[in-house]
Amino acid sequence: MTRPISWVALIIVIILFLIVAAMGFMAARWRRSEQATGLHSLDEWGLGGRGFGTWITWFLLGGDLYTAYTFVAVPAAMYATGAVSGFFAVPYTVVLYPIIFIIMSRLWSVSHRHGYVTAADFVGGRYGSRWLSLAIALTGIVATMPYIALQLVGIKSVLTVLGLGSAQNAFLTDLPLIIAFVVLAAYTYTSGLRAPAMIAFVKDILIYLAIIVAVIYLPIKLGGWDTIFGAAQAKLSAISPATGKPAGVFIPSPTNYSAYWTLALGSAMALFMYPHSVTGVLASKGRNTIRRNAAILPLYSLMLGFLALLGFVAIKAGTKPIDLNGTANPQLVIPQLFLDAFPSWFAGIALAAIAIGALVPAAIMSIAAANMFTRNIYRDFFRPDANPKTEANVSKIVSLLVKIGALVFVIAMDQSAAINMQLLGGIWILQTFPAVVAGLYTRWFDRWALLIGWAAGIIFGTVSAYDVVNPATHAHFGGSLANIPGTNISVYIAISAFVLNLIVAIVLTLVLRAFKVPQGADMTRPSDYGADETDPRVLEIEERQHGFVEPGGPSPVA
Amino acid sequence: MSGQENPAPDQRPIPAVPGANGGRSRDQVTRDTPTRGPARPLPYVIAGILLAAAVVFPLLPQMYSFDSPRLGGMPFFYWYQLLWVPISAILSSFAYWLVTSEDRRRRREARAAGAGFEGGERP
Repeated sequence: MTRPISWVALIIVIILFLIVAAMGFMAARWRRSEQATGLHSLDEWGLGGRGFGTWITWFLLGGDLYTAYTFVAVPAAMYATGAVSGFFAVPYTVVLYPIIFIIMSRLWSVSHRHGYVTAADFVGGRYGSRWLSLAIALTGIVATMPYIALQLVGIKSVLTVLGLGSAQNAFLTDLPLIIAFVVLAAYTYTSGLRAPAMIAFVKDILIYLAIIVAVIYLPIKLGGWDTIFGAAQAKLSAISPATGKPAGVFIPSPTNYSAYWTLALGSAMALFMYPHSVTGVLASKGRNTIRRNAAILPLYSLMLGFLALLGFVAIKAGTKPIDLNGTANPQLVIPQLFLDAFPSWFAGIALAAIAIGALVPAAIMSIAAANMFTRNIYRDFFRPDANPKTEANVSKIVSLLVKIGALVFVIAMDQSAAINMQLLGGIWILQTFPAVVAGLYTRWFDRWALLIGWAAGIIFGTVSAYDVVNPATHAHFGGSLANIPGTNISVYIAISAFVLNLIVAIVLTLVLRAFKVPQGADMTRPSDYGADETDPRVLEIEERQHGFVEPGGPSPVA
Repeated sequence: MSGQENPAPDQRPIPAVPGANGGRSRDQVTRDTPTRGPARPLPYVIAGILLAAAVVFPLLPQMYSFDSPRLGGMPFFYWYQLLWVPISAILSSFAYWLVTSEDRRRRREARAAGAGFEGGERP
């Protein structure tokens, strides 16, 4: 099936894309200091000079965490299966901020003192183990790749609805996506983190505009929230012929409670283990910037909640998300709703907001994954003497490779492969939580115990996720919920894997302690965890005391 | 909410010039020089309770998984959870105020004390 092209909306999307691309290239000169010229270090290229204040950080983290895929997938889940797999995003993003309030200021302080750029840098320095650091870095990179691919899925849903692409010519269908990504890769290469930080302003303002208008206008047009929830309840409680069960969940029943809260908690704990979240935090100027943001970022959660409800609005509006091959694809429901319900110029703005919403996180994710490769693989294992300029150059090139990888992923493989991998990525990334977060408070855990606990969690999580079979299609990786082994309590797999991980780490720490296995050197001091922006960095202290600095800074070598 | 963008003058970072306070000069700062004085537990305990409430209550579906009472046509399940977004923001703001006030006091103390005590911050 071929869709007609919506020209007005398409032209507005193209104009906004060009504006954003120009901003991305100009961002190289934004907030530039003397040392920043050419962005010859990871601090400058990969963390935007480590100087973003509360306001910029708010836009940057908002643009980073609430991705295009979120905008597409959360209402799609509400539309297709209802509250458990969709609305859990609200408690998820509510409990997220108290958690980051508690842990992230300590990570900021220790990273400021030691010049850490990634969470794996911190783990390497804290435990004196580059193998544990490697495990954290690999998990981060592998979990991030499908996440970038899903941003492309978000752009693709917009392009499909706009009428670009046909079922016959695959290359023409993917061409706009490839062009968008080449431009994105080019300005990320030249401007580093400054580019998404600047574009995030445009993206967030457009998104707020689109959602506020939709949430006020559509219920009035459709006869109020009463009728919208009525339509949703009718659709979700209808019995599905494939499974013999209701199609979805309107209001969770007691059997869904454990799934609901573990999905929310597990996702919240996992989100700030992702490299792109840590990059956003470490780019901020001071220890308390992130805490102030914990109080003001919930505004985005409110927006996400209303966006989720637009999935129900689409049920009432009778939106038909028909994909190019003629089947229903819930991922198209939000772009289609905007195109059906609004004049095409406004639909263009809303669709552009989603597409630009993909570019910001994709840029930050590729930068974060590249920084992890450079610091924790390239430097720690191959070139311990790499200087800051080499590090920046390696990161720039790796950021390109990461994006190409994601592009190939989306174009060459089935879309569901990216979604499955992202599901696994969430389970995997939570397994880095014990090493990173416990390390911020205590050195009690043994490095090898943490490493084995991590491996146990990853293996258990992967096997459990594989065993989930979709009742309709009989495909593996059918969802992120499974029963706790030996019970019939359904929980988020990431949480059960995390509990196993923690138990293994605690037991093995006790065992290894009993055998007096040597502990690695801890590069950090208690004073590091409370340091603020005005406290000197470790390099500055050592320089004053010894008059010289090792090239490349202190390296966490086992 | 964006009103918290610019911290009030007394919320700005304390410049780290220990020498100005009659303590040691900047050159004598070592890795183990404490960045903060000892903590008073009370502000942290209260902030911890506020934040724990903001984590625990949204995760108890048995408390809110009902259809009625509806608000403007919206089932309780939906509006109650949306209501927790501003509640959580208020709790976090209050925790922020508590923790940063105490943090600033500890920093001021560490700087005024100069070589007051060694061995890093106390728990």
